[in-house]
Amino acid sequence: MSLLEADTRRVPSGPAKALYLNWPLVVLIVAVAGAGFVMLTSVAGGSVDRWAEPQMERFALGLAVMFVVAMVPVGLWRAVSPAAYLVSMALLVAVEVAGTTGMGAQRWIDLGVVRLQPSELAKVTLVMMLAAYYAWLAPERVSRPQWILPPLVLIALPTALVLKQPDLGTAILLVAGGAVVMFAAGVSWWYFGAVAAAGAGLVSAVFTSRGTPWQLLKDYQFRRIDTFLDPASDPLGAGYHITQSKIALGSGGWTGRGFMQGTQSRLNFLPEKHTDFIFTTLAEEFGFVGAASLLALYMGIVGFCLVSAMQNRDRFGALLTLGVATTFFLFFAVNMAMVMGLAPVVGVPLPLVSYGGSAMLVLMAAFGLVQSAHVHKPRPR
Amino acid sequence: MSRDTARNDAAARVSRRALVLGAGQVGVAGLLGWRMRQMQVEQAEEFRLLAEENRVNMRLIAPGRGLIFDRNGIPVAENAQNYRIVIVREDAGDVEEAFARLRRLIYVDEAEIARARREIARRSPFVPVTITDQRSWEDIATVAVNAPALPGITPDVGLSRAYPLGPDYAHVTGYVGPVSDYDLTRMEDDDPLLQIPKFQIGKTGVEQKYEHALRGEAGSRRIEVNAAGRVMRELGRDEGVPGTDLQLTVESRLQNFVEARLALGLSASAVVMDVTTGDLVAVGNAPTFDPNKFVRGISVADYADLTGNKYRPLANKAVQGAYPPGSTFKMMVTLAALEAGLLSSTETIYCGGYQRLGNRRFHCWKRGGHGHVNLEKSLQQSCDVFYYELAQRVGIDRIAAMARRFGHGQRFDVPMSAVTAGVMPDKAWIRDTYNQSWRVGDSLNASIGQGYVLSSPLQLAVMTARIATGRAVVPRLVRARGGIELPPEGGEELGVDPGHLDLVRQGMDAVSNSPRGTAYRSRIESEPLRMAGKTGTSQVRSAIVDNAEVPWEERDHALFVGYAPFEAPRYAVSVVVEHGGGGSSAAAPVARDIMLFALRGELPPLDDYPAAARPGIEEMFAGLDLRHDFRPTRIGRSRA
Repeated sequence: MSLLEADTRRVPSGPAKALYLNWPLVVLIVAVAGAGFVMLTSVAGGSVDRWAEPQMERFALGLAVMFVVAMVPVGLWRAVSPAAYLVSMALLVAVEVAGTTGMGAQRWIDLGVVRLQPSELAKVTLVMMLAAYYAWLAPERVSRPQWILPPLVLIALPTALVLKQPDLGTAILLVAGGAVVMFAAGVSWWYFGAVAAAGAGLVSAVFTSRGTPWQLLKDYQFRRIDTFLDPASDPLGAGYHITQSKIALGSGGWTGRGFMQGTQSRLNFLPEKHTDFIFTTLAEEFGFVGAASLLALYMGIVGFCLVSAMQNRDRFGALLTLGVATTFFLFFAVNMAMVMGLAPVVGVPLPLVSYGGSAMLVLMAAFGLVQSAHVHKPRPR
Repeated sequence: MSRDTARNDAAARVSRRALVLGAGQVGVAGLLGWRMRQMQVEQAEEFRLLAEENRVNMRLIAPGRGLIFDRNGIPVAENAQNYRIVIVREDAGDVEEAFARLRRLIYVDEAEIARARREIARRSPFVPVTITDQRSWEDIATVAVNAPALPGITPDVGLSRAYPLGPDYAHVTGYVGPVSDYDLTRMEDDDPLLQIPKFQIGKTGVEQKYEHALRGEAGSRRIEVNAAGRVMRELGRDEGVPGTDLQLTVESRLQNFVEARLALGLSASAVVMDVTTGDLVAVGNAPTFDPNKFVRGISVADYADLTGNKYRPLANKAVQGAYPPGSTFKMMVTLAALEAGLLSSTETIYCGGYQRLGNRRFHCWKRGGHGHVNLEKSLQQSCDVFYYELAQRVGIDRIAAMARRFGHGQRFDVPMSAVTAGVMPDKAWIRDTYNQSWRVGDSLNASIGQGYVLSSPLQLAVMTARIATGRAVVPRLVRARGGIELPPEGGEELGVDPGHLDLVRQGMDAVSNSPRGTAYRSRIESEPLRMAGKTGTSQVRSAIVDNAEVPWEERDHALFVGYAPFEAPRYAVSVVVEHGGGGSSAAAPVARDIMLFALRGELPPLDDYPAAARPGIEEMFAGLDLRHDFRPTRIGRSRA
């Protein structure tokens, strides 16, 4: 008997679906968000209503979105993937045209209720689109050059638009997220090797372009790279954040200084203390135990997603789950590496913890997709 | 079957690759964990030394708040030195011991200590908390000399807002006060300055509306401190940007006179406006209050006195008060009728003391009637029946449209708190607001500025200036910002027939200067300064009763609007005396005194008054409590 026939019959339906949710995953997500509320309260100097409360409201909304998205059959998500991708591309173009300028970069569309950041949305829709593409493509064709080209275009389009904003952090995450779906779909190792070589070439091109009229990165992006390579070169200028961040983080010790006891008063003057640098405060106040626990929670989320993907015989669901999980992984890994001085400051928030509305909602919707793939996966007898 | 096999292979390959990915991710996470361990466990001592022993500390420097000057450069809001004593918990060790030692040296109120204790508990250990402020220089010196015995306690000098002209400008500048938790949540402002305990921000008036410009930007000092907390050296300093200075359009001497003159009554307000630029040269309210009391946080008893006062000293009635404009509204009806071609300058209407509408009678204020009334006489003697007739001809929508062109029903963007839009009703308005249809009787009430019509003294002054000039003058309160003059806005032609405007002006001239005019007794005698105006008396209750016999709250409002000099208008004035009785007896004399002071720039000579009024005026001037200690300063210090 064909597996395909078995597929459809055993998929749960109705309210019973809720029982098939990946509940450990939900618990882990709530735990991480809870850590976020504690830290937002701490950086606001003990005030709950400054950041923690709006964040809680958004998280509650995010949970609702996740459950709703999870209840929709994954096949439907697969069907709307191309449309979702096109809409997010249109929004990216729209920010170019009509977006409001925030922090020196055009990133938002003001919808009145929320400020939509289309680049956030693009991270998810790109993964959806690629997963749908490989689910449609016959597996034996994935490594043929003519079938490699479409996904490259699909990745290049949002990346180019995001780079133009300019938002280097998101561009890197888009490329990495797209590459992961291609890799998981089974594209030959050779291609990745070739791209790695080409990437090395590009990096050297970027550096040689510096100071020339065709300079490939903005000045501030070059400065961030400089600072990353040698923070001590400019301890009171651009390197200030990294140096202070490392001192605060390191001085946390084993168990940290305790809730709201971070003595590194200068953290109060980090402009992004409640967004990109929130991990620093956590590590200072809760020490290695706290920081490693958060890392473990994050890895737990990624782990449950990976297991769910490996058990999923629906190609779209599996690829989607892998793509979302890896994008999520890249978020926190890049952020943590950044505040620990292992990566340049590229402006990537700590997912579920950093203050911010549209990132949180989009991430929760993405977890909804993972849950949908989990609930509706084929269950052979 | 082979297809299934292919699918199985593909799924297996996804799983294999997922394993590879997972392995890679575990590897990266391991690297991150290793780095954490390295930094937080192995190198922790090093970093802790960096943090504790030789740490880079950042102290905010509060910028000087922008100063506010009057139109001639007299300071109306400035920054005075404030000596205070602060404590840093981290450096103090035993806070209670530190308090005890401090209190052995200087007197500190128990309430202040209690407040500081609460503040300390709420804040991070390194944030300086003010124990007591507004101290004498001797106290500061005592603390400084005994510094070794007072770890963590330091004297400090900051700036605190002061209003040298006190109550005169209470409603215009408003006041600053310590930032509250409520302010923090409401403003959604990330400025680190707001985290400074007791940082002063604008709460009302210009101080609030121009908060952003006046505040400036925080400066910072990056300093290296050793384990004892002593400053080793300064690494960098960013002075920040001091707040922008503002220059108001208000003239302090006139403002002072207006406040003093209004204070002779119970509850009143007045606006004086330059008819060509729209400059508000005086915005007065009585009673008023001392804004300096709010700067450090007002006592509960003082605040209760202000809020419990039935004459509402805290309200800026000149812009917040919405009153039925009464007969001062008749110019609008006249112009609407003239522009609609439904009235000519010579036409007469018969006033028999009332107008019948259905089975209702609408009375003229003059029971016996005015007889045959033409346009000029209708304004001069303020005949109501004339306007009942016009209202029926013209209809409310055209009256309302005309009134809006003259500023009624419109919220002017002047930087004072709670500026009202008033109410200029029409058919759409009553449908949207009360879900009723407009009745003809409503038009009749509106035509004499009663019923639903509500206007503020500011709107009445704007109306008068627009009548005087025929231009869309827009009121403004700020003349220069950071030493840069701001161009006046508005001023384009209103598009009303100049001939029609002239008819209305002549009517207003007759009100003040013809012996039968309702404001004849309050005229300006000297011909070059002649004033044209209009009285208004608006009912608070519907029954017509003698004002002397009812409690204050139920008496009529007295209004007067006017402009002068008649031939070459400079100022428009509006006066509203709340529950003051009749416009000609209660409001017109006040407006005349204010207008004369504005034109003369000082107490006017008695020759400007009609002979009969002079003895009373002389006595009134003698009783005024005017200020003479104005300090002119340099202005135009250009600050970006």
